[in-house]
Amino acid sequence: MSLDSVLDWWVNNDRLIDLLVSSLGETVAMVFMAGLIGFLFGIPLGVLLHLTKESGLLSNKVVNKALGIVVNIGRSIPFIILLVAIIPFTRMLVGSSIGTAAAIVPLAIAATPFIARLIEGALLEVPAGLVEAAQAMGAKPKQIILKVLLPEALPGIINAVTITLVTLVGYSAMAGTVGGGGLGDVGIRYGYQRFDAVVMMITIVILVVLVQIIQSIGDYLVKRVDHR
Amino acid sequence: MIEIKQVNKVFYQGKRAINALSDINLSIAEGAIYGVIGSSGAGKSTLIRCVNLLERPTNGQVVVDGTDLNTLSNHDLTLARRKIGMIFQHFNLLSSRTVFDNVGLPLELAGTDKKAIKAKVDSLLELVGLGDKKDTYPANLSGGQKQRVAIARALASDPKVLLCDEATSALDPATTQSILDLLRKINQEFNLTILLITHEMAVVKSICSDVAIIGDGKLVEQGAVGDIFAHPKTALAREFIRSTLDLSIPADYQARLSHAKTATTHPLVRLEFTGASVDAPIISQVAREFHLDISILSSNMDYVGGIKFGLMLAEFFGTPSATEQAIAFLKENKIDVEVLGYVA
Repeated sequence: MSLDSVLDWWVNNDRLIDLLVSSLGETVAMVFMAGLIGFLFGIPLGVLLHLTKESGLLSNKVVNKALGIVVNIGRSIPFIILLVAIIPFTRMLVGSSIGTAAAIVPLAIAATPFIARLIEGALLEVPAGLVEAAQAMGAKPKQIILKVLLPEALPGIINAVTITLVTLVGYSAMAGTVGGGGLGDVGIRYGYQRFDAVVMMITIVILVVLVQIIQSIGDYLVKRVDHR
Repeated sequence: MIEIKQVNKVFYQGKRAINALSDINLSIAEGAIYGVIGSSGAGKSTLIRCVNLLERPTNGQVVVDGTDLNTLSNHDLTLARRKIGMIFQHFNLLSSRTVFDNVGLPLELAGTDKKAIKAKVDSLLELVGLGDKKDTYPANLSGGQKQRVAIARALASDPKVLLCDEATSALDPATTQSILDLLRKINQEFNLTILLITHEMAVVKSICSDVAIIGDGKLVEQGAVGDIFAHPKTALAREFIRSTLDLSIPADYQARLSHAKTATTHPLVRLEFTGASVDAPIISQVAREFHLDISILSSNMDYVGGIKFGLMLAEFFGTPSATEQAIAFLKENKIDVEVLGYVA
């Protein structure tokens, strides 16, 4: 492809380009909003899972088991089924079951237990001796969580954020199939169903670049905060 | 300052009960450096963790500075712990915080204002000799430096008691000595009571005023360090004392050593001197009176808490009857003699 032919294509397809730009915006909005909400619920859930463990700071077998079961249920429902199954709930929450806002609801719900497990794993990496040292110096449980556990697990937590956002990029394409919009939607409708290979390739390239950017930023931040 | 009364700790492994501590009684005076020595698995770690209730005793009393910790509410226990500093074998510094912020953490927890924290942390880092490292992260420090940071952190809330849980076990001998010197310095400067547990008799010998020996969850012996070294009553105590003196038989002797006594062999003996015998010029006396030639293979005399003691490995050359008489004479003079074997 010469420069001229690219320019030609650009001029002849300005409507498609508008569509791609607005779809990219929808994807980014879905991924980041769902991620934000997911972390709002997922981080406390992960912390609670960690604290209520048998050797944990607030060990509580019953609570731990119950939370574990809830999280496992959330993790085991295939996203495409969850998407459809919670339509009534989505409609109740945002007033509609189609559109970008409606897609954020199932995305956030799917992300929450996923994040909880990742956070639980990140906290597990914090050596037990640090919690013990904090207890010995007279730290209250809340102080141990905020000043020891979370800061010490920060590299792992940022890693969890990165993994979650990348996963959500993939999920958001599925959300597109029920009218959520976004790049995945464009790829399926224009590329897959209309056999338009060019559009298919363009959406895939944009998605790849998006994932690369998220991963690179995540890796950079982990490097910045990791002093281990 | 610390009173441990009738403390028991039972762990359950499934249904099996394991007595980690049985009827422990300890009394540690203000300003003392008290050592608890034991092999791994003897229960010493459990014992020190009972002093700030990181481990709750199954029963018994732990009184620190007049307060029975077991009767306190969680909130009051948290406050009481701020007056009990603790350092660990693996330092337990927060990797996400600089040296300065690690030392300042206990003050932050207590809600001290920033200016006061800065003044206190700067003076503590000066005290432990790390004034130039305050913006460094622990990962970039050596083991000895990490332990110095941990000591500074433990001192931040002006504790009355410092607990040292195998604080030098991960350090090389030279670094161990420098950390022990620092502990001695803060003990004298702040009249800080120090309870340390260790498996190294050298540590006890170097800084402790008193020592307790723990084996199998029981305290088998306790007293002033000098007394224990001079008159160990139990086999375990004797073993720990010997471990500080390196008197192994040289390999070539070991190979030639036999248990059979013949006309042409000489006995290889181990002499153990204690306070009562170490000063007398006994070796030359024996040589003169019994017409013996004595060849000393190795000898190690030490001085602990005002008491001298030592071990010697020697070969006796003489007639069998003279050798026997010499050994009897040595025993009369309060020297422990053990014939290790006979060398051709």
